[in-house]
Amino acid sequence: MRIALFVTCLADTMFPAAAKATVTLLERLGHEVVFPPGQTCCGQMHINTGYQKDAFPLVRRHVRTFAPYDVIVAPSGSCVGSVRHQHAMVARNAGDLSLAARAEDVAGRTYELSELLVDVLGVEDVGASYPHRVTYHPTCHSLRMIRVGDKPLRLLRHVRGLELVELPAAEQCCGFGGTFALKNADTSAAMLGDKMRHVLETGAQMCTAGDASCLMHIGGGLSRLGSDVRTVHLAEILAASEAS
Amino acid sequence: MSTFLGMPTTAPRGVGHLRGDESFPDAARKALGNEQLRRNLAHATTTIRGKSGAVIAELPDWQELRSAGSALKAATMARLPELLERLEENVTAAGGVVHWAADATEANRIVTGLVEATGHRRVIKVKSMATQEIGLNEALEAAGIAPVETDLAELIVQLGHDKPSHILVPAIHRNRTEIRDIFLREMPGVDPALTDDPATLAAAARRYLRETFLSTKVAVSGANFAVAETGTLAVLESEGNGRMCLTLPDTLITVMGIEKVVPTWRDLEVFLQLLPRASTGERMNPYTSMWTGVTPGDGPQEFHLVLLDNGRTAVLADEVGRQALHCIRCSACLNVCPVYERTGGHAYGSVYPGPIGAVLSPQLTGVADNASLPYASSLCGACFDACPVKIDIPSILVHLRNEAPHPRTERIAMAAAAYTMDHPALYARAQHAAKLSRHARRLPRPLNGWTASRDLPQPPPETFRDWWAGR
Repeated sequence: MRIALFVTCLADTMFPAAAKATVTLLERLGHEVVFPPGQTCCGQMHINTGYQKDAFPLVRRHVRTFAPYDVIVAPSGSCVGSVRHQHAMVARNAGDLSLAARAEDVAGRTYELSELLVDVLGVEDVGASYPHRVTYHPTCHSLRMIRVGDKPLRLLRHVRGLELVELPAAEQCCGFGGTFALKNADTSAAMLGDKMRHVLETGAQMCTAGDASCLMHIGGGLSRLGSDVRTVHLAEILAASEAS
Repeated sequence: MSTFLGMPTTAPRGVGHLRGDESFPDAARKALGNEQLRRNLAHATTTIRGKSGAVIAELPDWQELRSAGSALKAATMARLPELLERLEENVTAAGGVVHWAADATEANRIVTGLVEATGHRRVIKVKSMATQEIGLNEALEAAGIAPVETDLAELIVQLGHDKPSHILVPAIHRNRTEIRDIFLREMPGVDPALTDDPATLAAAARRYLRETFLSTKVAVSGANFAVAETGTLAVLESEGNGRMCLTLPDTLITVMGIEKVVPTWRDLEVFLQLLPRASTGERMNPYTSMWTGVTPGDGPQEFHLVLLDNGRTAVLADEVGRQALHCIRCSACLNVCPVYERTGGHAYGSVYPGPIGAVLSPQLTGVADNASLPYASSLCGACFDACPVKIDIPSILVHLRNEAPHPRTERIAMAAAAYTMDHPALYARAQHAAKLSRHARRLPRPLNGWTASRDLPQPPPETFRDWWAGR
């Protein structure tokens, strides 16, 4: 299958390992990955901070960039959530009904990584090997906005050597929330404190999730604590094999 | 032919409790420093979440019930004027008197006047969000009338000269030692040897309240529901204080937000299932009191219903925001909110705290007067899942953020970021510039909030697009 990678601006700029792993994984499963070059950012930060007018050209750019592709994947539940639940709204609010229709069309072909693997490609065992003790944080947008359910866990359970430990209060937000972490930094830090406590309680070596943004938040907190627990994107675990 | 009367107005300033004295982040910072408060909140919200989750899981048709509740509310809002007039007709036919209050000031004036007309100087009150919203107690006190809150937690708040911090559990921020101290200091006739044993505290309140119930001739209540087709009002409660207030006095005055009306009696079937399970985690609340006008020789012989707008028509005019009027005040969204759980209710500055407060208060007052509230959420979505009438709170938050006034520097930064991201060559250059932040451990304002408790990620040697280009 020919799959267009929507890399997301954060993975592209700060966490390319997650994006490279997505490519490695899909190619190992026998698919062709293409990278539409005009892509930048989906505009979620602008939309969620109250700048829909500024987000409009980004939505238009995203829709134009990805319109030619049948299957689009992103290593992020949050960015897929924005594409699926916000892009058409931004276009409608700007009075561009034609863009809204095209945005809905693109959204219908856009998948978060675990959705693509389980729902579209029909695979749960991706042939990965990752001999570590890992806990999984279900990010809010993957859980409640696009409803990936237990797909990431089903994928993780098939990874050779991986010991999956359950995260207490897993479904509580880590406190990131985009610009929330800046505008309400103290509340965000209090939420992060509880999330880190739960991660550390598991005794896991790694905390994984389907969003680089939440991992940047949890990882930044753990690093400040001086903890040696690391954060790793779900794609990186699924791309790891005995050969690698 | 109808006359256009102009756009509906928002709740007036200077009266009631919809606006805080400081922004949410500032108020939250203080609350976060209170360890006791955070422990109380975490314990209480976790307990209610567990109870509610268990009784909701018993119902195989919970999701259908939520959809029914949502549809009934949407249908009600679509013909609110007609239903309110129907309600007025039927309440009047049953011997009640209906008053229309455009805002808090008018509602307070009506209620104060009605109490003064009875010649009594004390009223007993059933827990009511609407009367908290309009600051009725202060208005009554200013007229020399003593309001006595009879819900135990509201009584604790009132005696403590405090503000409620939760819709359902207004004294959630108080522990039992604090409650004993408040009772010892403020409760008339209290036993000076009072301990902080919960049963003893409840007994002290019960004795005081019973004397008050039996000697007070006027009551003020809110309403959970009002049935347009029958003119019936309904109050749901747990302690029985409401039943006392609604049946013992000679005069009953009910203040009700106009959105509380439901079309028909049978619609209650849905809401009487949704509310207790989502709210207290009970299958059925202990007391459901319903009354229709006045019944000769039984209960209050004078009944007044005050229909309160106070910004609600303005909310109704907003296509996205109007679903906030569907709220049945269960507080499920507070109990699942990770922000509320840590900051408590006072940080929201309004009688409506938590996620629903963050969307309702700014709409009632106009968003400029509560501009920080739509941002008091990480948009985690837990509130939407918990809401028994499916109010899409995250979408309303995003909508209100778009309406809110923005700081100038933020506006400039956001416009620049959007421009950069709409020009891939500029974007690629900006990506490389990000590498310069490599060794920053503390960022300048307004980004310092991040680095106060989190490290920045190390920028990678090459971006993904550089790696892809070189493959």
